[in-house]
Amino acid sequence: MTDITKEAIMPARSFLSQDAIQVFYRLLAAFLICAVLAVLSDSFLSLGNILNVLRQASLTFFIASGLTLVVLTAGLDLSVGANVALSACIAGTVIHKTGSPALGILTGLACGGIVGLLNGIMVTALRIPSFIATYGMLWVLNGLTYWYMAGETLHGFPAGFRQIGSGYLFGLPIPVYLLLVFLGIGTFFAQRTVWGQEIYAIGANPVAARLSGIPVARRLLLVYAVSGTMAGLASIIFLSRLNSAEADIGESLTLPAIAAVLIGGTSLFGGVGTVFGTFIGALILTLVLNGMNLLSVSANWQPLVTGIIVILAVWLDMKTRRRAQ
Amino acid sequence: MREAAIVSAPNPLQRIPGVAIVLVLLIALFSVIAPGFLSVANLSNVLVQSTILTMLALPMTLIIMTEGLDLSMGAVLTLTSLCVAIVSLATKSMLLGLGAGLLVGTAFGVANGWLVAILGIPPFVATLGTLGMAQGLSLIVSDGQSVVGISHSVRDIYSATLLGVPVPIVMALVTYAAFHGLLYHTRFGTYIFALGGNREALRYAGLSPNKLLIAVYAIGGAMAGIAGLLMTARMNSGHPTAGLGLEFDAIAAVAVGGTSFERGNGWLLGTLLGVLSVGVLRNGLNLISLPSSVQVASVGVLVIVALFLDGLRSRA
Repeated sequence: MTDITKEAIMPARSFLSQDAIQVFYRLLAAFLICAVLAVLSDSFLSLGNILNVLRQASLTFFIASGLTLVVLTAGLDLSVGANVALSACIAGTVIHKTGSPALGILTGLACGGIVGLLNGIMVTALRIPSFIATYGMLWVLNGLTYWYMAGETLHGFPAGFRQIGSGYLFGLPIPVYLLLVFLGIGTFFAQRTVWGQEIYAIGANPVAARLSGIPVARRLLLVYAVSGTMAGLASIIFLSRLNSAEADIGESLTLPAIAAVLIGGTSLFGGVGTVFGTFIGALILTLVLNGMNLLSVSANWQPLVTGIIVILAVWLDMKTRRRAQ
Repeated sequence: MREAAIVSAPNPLQRIPGVAIVLVLLIALFSVIAPGFLSVANLSNVLVQSTILTMLALPMTLIIMTEGLDLSMGAVLTLTSLCVAIVSLATKSMLLGLGAGLLVGTAFGVANGWLVAILGIPPFVATLGTLGMAQGLSLIVSDGQSVVGISHSVRDIYSATLLGVPVPIVMALVTYAAFHGLLYHTRFGTYIFALGGNREALRYAGLSPNKLLIAVYAIGGAMAGIAGLLMTARMNSGHPTAGLGLEFDAIAAVAVGGTSFERGNGWLLGTLLGVLSVGVLRNGLNLISLPSSVQVASVGVLVIVALFLDGLRSRA
């Protein structure tokens, strides 16, 4: 009897410390990449480049942080990139038409959130597997965005609005502050609130979660809506940084976001992972891509490298978990 | 129920309504609202344009029957199409081009199968990773540019006819016959049913599910290689984004065709009707001058509806 109780308690304890070890390994990897790049390239350690890496990583992180919650429930959201594109184009139009950045920001967030909610409805009410449902959504959104934009480019936004993506505060880019804020909120939500813990429970064992009274469908809806809203937020940052919007801006965003989540140690099988891990994942991925850029490797290589990283990350994750068991 | 899966000859009567009704409704709709839809020229156009999709959707059916998925198919098709273009341009030989496309496609298929079967990575993530790799390789080998100046021997494949039937249609029909024979009349076909329905049974029978799974994904890659030849011939060039997203039409055709994502049951004729449904939908929307973006969105809606119905049926 005591053995059984011990066994039931042990994983919970070792789980925490194992998380810490995993995060430590990833930080180590990030430092190693930095060291290698500092040796290989003179410009890597320049202030401008480091701030650039942070800003780039923050964009990936916004999309990936919402996605982390989805993956924690053993789901996947393949529509995030297309969602960013649609939200950016709609928000951009609203700003152009009304001249009010605040209204545009709200529209972008709402558009992202509604798309996320629709994903959640497909997964919970219609019971379509998440990767297929969000994959269908990807193409629906793509079609809508291209149809809506009809080949046009939105260009030129108010200077105040552009500060969000390209401005500085005390020497740091503003997206970096937003990154810290959302890193804090995300970590607090996942680790310290009941809802966050319920999300872990759903991912670890959906049946047990349902039997213990967790409203699984409502939590899943929340998770997909959050993922969509974070894509909406990313679309605002994107819009204000590029100062333009086109229908195709989302196409290269989904794979890096998924890569960041997986590098960060969140398991595809649900229940394991942290938002902080995803932040480090976004940082590592950005460092690699930035390094390739500094070493003048053509940008054509980026999808290949990102694809390899996704597969490596899943494989490593599965290997460590198999060993842990 | 699951034990029955290994011997379940598909029950067409149960399924014919779904996809056939969709196809008939779409044809009826467009013959009313789209002028010129019912002309012989347009209908044969629909058939010819559906050939590449047929060559992707049939192997996709087998893959989905194993409870798998191949998101990389469109990107691999793009890459093989470029390989056909580049190699046939360099060697002046259509066959060498086809060989290169087949080789690269099969390599990607084997890689997909290996990641899924041996490493145990969930199919949608494994093939999402290889999607990125194939897309990256396409950009690298073409340097982001179109490959033009394709030789006549490649180009003519798309426009040539055999006994009055366009060669692409002949190729699609031969492919269908081959897949039908493979799935319903060989032992390998029975094993494919078992891969989705009852993998344990295969193991007890002393077979290796892993090798079979790799073979199924390899077939998908090889077909993407052959379709690459048609793609290059059709576009009269190789383009680094030509086939992106085609895997979605293939998945749509399979889903509409009544192959289940969860039970290891597949129906090739249903997939063929699904391909025609997607082809008719795109062609009809095109005729009433809706842009390709709307076509993409409506195929997306078609898939979601089909999957919802699939879910209803599997619960019923």
